Order: sequence, then structure tokens, then C-alpha cells
Amino acid sequence: MREILYAEALVEGLRELLEADERVHLMGQYFLGLTSHRELMADVRDSFPGRVYYPPIAELGYVGAAIGAAIAGLRPIVDIATASFIFQAFPQIVNEAANIHYMTGGQTKVPVIFHFNHGIRGGGAAQHSHSPQAMLWNTPGLEIMAPSSPYDVKGLLKTAAESDNPTAFVDHTRLFDVIGPVPEDDYMIPFGQADIKRGGKDITLLASSFMVQRALSAAETLAEQGIDAEVVDPRTLVPLDEDTILESVAKTHYLVIVDECHRRCGVGAEFAALVVEKAFSDLRAPIVRVSTEDVPVPFSQTLERYIEPTEDKVIQAVLRVLS
Amino acid sequence: MLPTLSTKVLLGLLEKALAIRRFEEMLVKLAGKIDVGHFHVYVGQEITGVAALDLLETGDLCFTTHRNHGHLLARGADPALMLAEILGKSTGYCGGRGGTLHLASTELGFPTTSSAVGGCTPLATGAAFGMDRLGSDRVSVCLFGDGALEEGSYHESINIAALEKLPVIFLCENNSLEALGQKAGEYPSSTLAAERLTDLVDPFGVPAITIDGCDGKAVRDGMTEAIDRARSGEGPTFIEACTVRWPGNRPLWPALVTGETNLSMAWDETVIPEKFREWHATQDGVLRFVREMIDEGHATPETVIALDELVQDQMRTAENFALESPYPEPETALDLVFAKSGSVP
Repeated sequence: MREILYAEALVEGLRELLEADERVHLMGQYFLGLTSHRELMADVRDSFPGRVYYPPIAELGYVGAAIGAAIAGLRPIVDIATASFIFQAFPQIVNEAANIHYMTGGQTKVPVIFHFNHGIRGGGAAQHSHSPQAMLWNTPGLEIMAPSSPYDVKGLLKTAAESDNPTAFVDHTRLFDVIGPVPEDDYMIPFGQADIKRGGKDITLLASSFMVQRALSAAETLAEQGIDAEVVDPRTLVPLDEDTILESVAKTHYLVIVDECHRRCGVGAEFAALVVEKAFSDLRAPIVRVSTEDVPVPFSQTLERYIEPTEDKVIQAVLRVLS
Repeated sequence: MLPTLSTKVLLGLLEKALAIRRFEEMLVKLAGKIDVGHFHVYVGQEITGVAALDLLETGDLCFTTHRNHGHLLARGADPALMLAEILGKSTGYCGGRGGTLHLASTELGFPTTSSAVGGCTPLATGAAFGMDRLGSDRVSVCLFGDGALEEGSYHESINIAALEKLPVIFLCENNSLEALGQKAGEYPSSTLAAERLTDLVDPFGVPAITIDGCDGKAVRDGMTEAIDRARSGEGPTFIEACTVRWPGNRPLWPALVTGETNLSMAWDETVIPEKFREWHATQDGVLRFVREMIDEGHATPETVIALDELVQDQMRTAENFALESPYPEPETALDLVFAKSGSVP
């Protein structure tokens, strides 16, 4: 199978969706952020005149407009660019989109995708480095996809585009250079199906989005030390494939969670609660979370490195759990 | 003035205006007997809603607010299903999940109702964006009060609507004129630095008019022009429809301080009580509409009273239906978070 970059797989997915359905419109244009791959999006814009909307700098207004457009029959994929900007649009995403199907008694569907690049990107400082997925997970009514590979991003995007529910597309610029196999033929990845990114027997590393890549690197280093780690990627937070997570823990009996959210009430906190509630007796040691320290993300490289979940921290956590 | 319409059509508008008035009165009375919770009524604004929304066609969409009862009734909502929803009954328009704050009916063209002030402006603008991109000639109507202009969402939305020439009508119901509430230390009303609400429209280059919201002809003419502009791709219009706040809306909780409406006040000034005389005599749009109907020979006191009795009968039927309807089964609270189709199993 051919191997392509994550950024290429993402853009290929967007292109195919635009080609397949005239109701698909892109609103916002920074899907690839300010990375070197951004020219790929310029090509998309040129290929689909009138289908890629350049909004004003008004996240509340244009994200809300995407929701309204979805209500009127469009299938918008709206880009919020840096995830920290999603807070400008929270009233529309959290208080409108997520509630509409429920509070209308199922009358109105909101088929919209909210794309954003989350996390520590290097020098983003406090206002461009958020990982808001836990806040969104605390909002019933949103589906959440968090891909970690070229194959997953395209397959999950195709599924999200078919959904009649609002979907948060948790993306990360540090994934864009990941290379991996992507079929030439069309395919979809159902939501709610976790993927074992690396099989192992000694310990489970549970991670999502870019942290899957970090967990995989850590697992390779650990293998050199004779520790066989299993890396589990839920791929979607809503719906969540609990079974695959619990089965892995039942097999390895040890769990380290790698999560880029701030520690308190982060995605990792929910993973830990799940395993403690449903598989406590399978655990032979306490769960350890490797996550971002509970401080605003600092600018300086040394400070940023200190508070983020690094490969080394994952390795140290594994050694601690197994000791 | 009355809109230039046939007697039959005018009577239809009057019936809807009376339905709104009697519905809200029924609700306020009911709230005195059972716990209905907090709600907002449309008394005093009936003519705006009825005259404006009567012009819409199937497929046009309305996005309204916490003060939505009159808007749905103006589009022909069944008062029984409305009251059932307000009482949280399973037979309500949203199965009891929305309540007074989120009355919605896709059949009537109300896909979702936001009770967050300023929540509806991006949605209505976006619906117009969708209509525009899909190449339809439908229009989107954004219904909101003067308070929504205090929210940033309005400014972001009208900017997008103006830039893209979207088929959206911003119908701002300014019910804060002579809002005595704030002076009396009660619930504050409009709090804007702008002297006129349309000052907040002009910079966007969107045509804006200010009209008397109790003047059926002015509302209808303004709305006709706005809809024509929207349907022909010329972009948005802003209409400020001014009404004087009904004294019963002065407190945080609505109260029938003016009593139930006695329609004979329309043709016999001597029966208007001294208290709130000015509001009834000059600012009550429903009484004014009745007076104009009689003056111009479209109705007599007898025909108006007969119509009102018909409406009141409907309200009694609606009240019985809603009160007798069952509450939803508790465990159904877990249903409908997600649409079934799509990726969620």
C-alpha cells in the first residue's frame, strides 16, 4: 500500500468529500495551520470555487453560521484553526450545536464538523496551545474524533461527514508529518472502534491524538529494555470503545495514560475513571497519568518542555508502575 | 394603520393576534395555580409577529428567542401542543425537552430556538448562508429583542450577512421603549451606548428601518420589502419594530397587572380602567388593530367578540389537553442526545 503524509491524507479526504457531495462546504481555511503543508489547502480552494468560505475573524459568528447552515441543509466542515480559538465559539458549539437535536425532541439535525489543531506546538504560549477536548467531552451531544495516523484521519473524516451529529475533529499540527499507509480506494472507519496501534503484553499505554505517536516512540525505547508495551488508541472519544481499553488492561494488568490535556479533569482523568470503575480488579498497580502540568502553557522552550508529556516521562512512568 | 388586505385576510390576522393574547393570558393565569416555572410572554408585540411572519412561505426559517410563544402562534402553531411543551408534557412540540425557552417545530419553520441572548443571530445568518449556497430562494428570519444587540454575536453575524449578501432579515423587536422597569430598580432593559439601535446597523451598510411595531401596515410593508430584497439576492435588512413594554412584563415574573383583555376597550374608551390607561388606549396593538378594523368597516364589535370567543374556546381546549397529557417516561431522558443516523450506533 502507498504511504503518504498525514497532511496529505487529511487534504485528500477533504477533496473527496467536496467532490462527492455539493452540500459539503469548507468554512475557514487553516486546516493545516501555518505549517509548510498549507499550500495543499490553497489547491483545494482553487479546485472548488465558491465552496471554501473565507470568514471574517469572528469565530463566534462563522462557527455559529456553520451550525445554522447545517440546519438549512448544508454539510459544513468548519475550521477553527488553533484550538484555543474555539473558546470564542463555545456559546455556539456547546450551548447551541450540542443541544439542538435533544432540545427539539429530535426534530432538528446538525451535521457539522468542527476542526481545530490542539496542543503544544512549540512556542505557542498560553493562548495557542490548548487541548480543549476534555471540555468538549463534558458536553453531551458532540461526537469527538481524535485521529493519530494518516489512515485514521482520512477514514474517520469520511465517517464524520456522514454523521447527522455535530462532530469535533481534534487535530494536531505535529501529526502532519507522520507517514503511513493509506489505501487508494475509498474507505471509512466506524466511530467507536479503538485501534491497537502496537500489540504488547506487559503494560497498556492509552493515548489519543498526537500522544499516540509519543506513546509509540516510548514503546520502542521500552522494547529495547525488554518491556513489551501495548499502545491503545480509542480514535474517537464519543462514542468511546470501552471494551478494547478494558480488554487490554485485563491482559497487561498495568496502565499508563498519556494525555496532552491539563491533568485535572483531562481526557486522561476520564480514561482512568473508566478503568477504575470497570476493571479495578484487573489492575496490579495504580494507574499513572502522564499529562500536561496544571499551569498555563509557557512560551520558553525549557519551560514548555518541562510541563508537557514527553517520551521520557512516559518511559519513567512505565518503569515506576512496573517496579 | 391596517395593511391593505381583504377583510377575510385581516380577520385571519386578528384571529392570530387574539390567539397570542389569550394564550399568554391563559399561561399567566395558569402560573398562578400550578408551578409553570419562569417564562416570557409576547403581550403587546402581537401585531409585529402576526403581520411580519404571515408573509413567510414554506421552507423559510425563523430563529427566535426565549420570547417565542407569539412567533410560533403567528405561524399557525397549535396552542395545545405549545402549552403541553411549556408544561413539560410528552405531547408537546419537543416532547417536553425544550419547554418555553426552546419551543421549536420544524413543520412550522422553527428549527431551533435559542434562549441564550444573541444565540439566534449566528444561526439565522448561517441558515441564510446555507440557503444561499444551496441556491434556494428561501429566507431566514432572525427574531430578537433589543438586548441581543449588546452581544458580540450580533455584530459578527450582521457583518457576515452584509459581506455575503445573505437572505436574512434581522427583525429586532425593541420592546424597551419607555421601559419603566429599569428606572424602578427592577429588571434592567436595553443598556447600549448607541442612541438609536439602527446606529448599530449603519456601519455595515445594511438597510435599516425603524417602525411602529403596533402598526400592521408599517410592519407588513417593511417586511415585504425585506423579504423581496432577500429573495432577490440583495442581502439582509434590519427592521426595528418598536413597541411599548406591556406593564405586566415589568416585573421579572409576568403578571396580569392590566387584567384580562376586555376587547370593548377598543370601541368604548369609558371602560378603560384608569390604571395603565395610556397603555391600553394607545400602546396596545391588539386593541388598536380591532379599533381600526371596526373604523374601516372590516368588522363590528359583534364579529370581533364572536371571533374572540372562538379563540378563547380554543385556549380552553388547549389547556385541557395540556393538563391531561402525560409527562414523559423518566428513562426517556437518556434518548435523543444524538441523531440515530450517522456514526453513533
